[in-house]
Amino acid sequence: MISVKGLYKQFDKLEVLKGLDLEIERGKVIVLIGPSGSGKTTFLRCLNVLETPTKGVISIDDETLDFSNPISNKRVASFRRQTGMVFQSYNLFPHMTALENVMEGPVTVKKESKDVVRQRAEALLNKVGLGDKLDYYPFQLSGGQQQRVGIARALAMDPKVMLFDEPTSALDPELVGEVLKVMKDLANEGMTMVVVTHEMRFAKEAADEVLFLDQGVIVERGKPEQIFSNPKEARTKQFLSLIEK
Amino acid sequence: MYLNSIFADPVKLERLISIAESSLLPLLKGALFYTLPLAIISFIIGIILAVLTALARISSLKILKGIARFYVSAIRGTPLLVQLYILFYGLPNLGIMIDPFPAAVIGFSLSVGAYSSEIIRAAILSIPKGQWEAGSSIGMTYSQNLKRIILPQATRVSIPPLSNSFIGLVKDTSLASTILVTEMFRKAQEIVATTYEVLLLYTEAALIYWVICFILSIIQQRIEVRLDRYVTR
Repeated sequence: MISVKGLYKQFDKLEVLKGLDLEIERGKVIVLIGPSGSGKTTFLRCLNVLETPTKGVISIDDETLDFSNPISNKRVASFRRQTGMVFQSYNLFPHMTALENVMEGPVTVKKESKDVVRQRAEALLNKVGLGDKLDYYPFQLSGGQQQRVGIARALAMDPKVMLFDEPTSALDPELVGEVLKVMKDLANEGMTMVVVTHEMRFAKEAADEVLFLDQGVIVERGKPEQIFSNPKEARTKQFLSLIEK
Repeated sequence: MYLNSIFADPVKLERLISIAESSLLPLLKGALFYTLPLAIISFIIGIILAVLTALARISSLKILKGIARFYVSAIRGTPLLVQLYILFYGLPNLGIMIDPFPAAVIGFSLSVGAYSSEIIRAAILSIPKGQWEAGSSIGMTYSQNLKRIILPQATRVSIPPLSNSFIGLVKDTSLASTILVTEMFRKAQEIVATTYEVLLLYTEAALIYWVICFILSIIQQRIEVRLDRYVTR
């Protein structure tokens, strides 16, 4: 369902992605790991065009963007609507309550009626365990709660793919579990997910496939058991030994 | 000396009190019908100009940027008094006659637009990039993002400096006296011309300005409290 071909991204003189190719099937959970600066976050942000790739082709279902040519903002917005994004720093709208955050996309972007959206938004917040926090502003919520609102906000747009950019990296350790649980539930429901994370436990338990990126290329990919217990590449081994200390 | 002579002479004192009393109504009328409308109308038009100018400054279109820069530079680089003189006394040379009140509105609006555009630009730039990205990530267009996410937050940031501008503007309207707008200060001048009570009248006018600005600061505080409901203190 997602297909990436020959993806390059350059910031000024710094080449961050050096020709990535990848196919992701519907319903799969892909975890991207790699050292800082490996390009994993940039790759994720290219998937919803928050970063514009220098060249390459990305398809999600039947929408295809070829970055060798200029692309209109309208096509980018339409392409983007297929994906939901969860940010490392949550990026909730601070001037809106939890409920308003979740309702914002469907109401403003899809022009759906508020009453219908409200019910769905409440259900989504219930699902992430925040049914009792509908009218709280982000500053009144813990990091873990904010991130769960962030997940509900992304889900409200009915995305085909959910992208997670280090969703638990900014959280206190005791709050990581509640966010990972919501993500695992999503995975079990069959959501297609691409996750950049340092949570190896999540990768082991929920990923269908783990990709190890380093210096802008996919060094190794495979089932989590294989990557973690029996990595083939030296660079993968070295990285895993560093984080498992 | 002046005070001694007043308090030693009951007739003089009574005359002063009666001038103070009889001038209060004309001064208040000047404030209510000219000073405040002039300030409020100019501020509203000025803020619209300021938002447009700020958006032009942060846009990626070089032409828009250039026009906005030129406008801000021209207005900030020349005295307001001189601008009012050009509008009212200068333009007639080109056959453009503008009545005092509209001329003052144009002058003050342009001034507010230029100065406040910098406040609004800074406020927009102070909103973290992640807010733009979050808006984009749920499919918002640039204008939706601006209207729903960025400007509401930028408003909160810009209320204190914009209140400053508005209070400054209320006082600057006294400059309109020089182009024949009968606002409060000009009313005071007119009464001085017949009574010669310079200190009394100008002090009275000053006190009224002060009261107006005091009330405005209270309104500012209320707005700030209202907009601060979503941030930790």
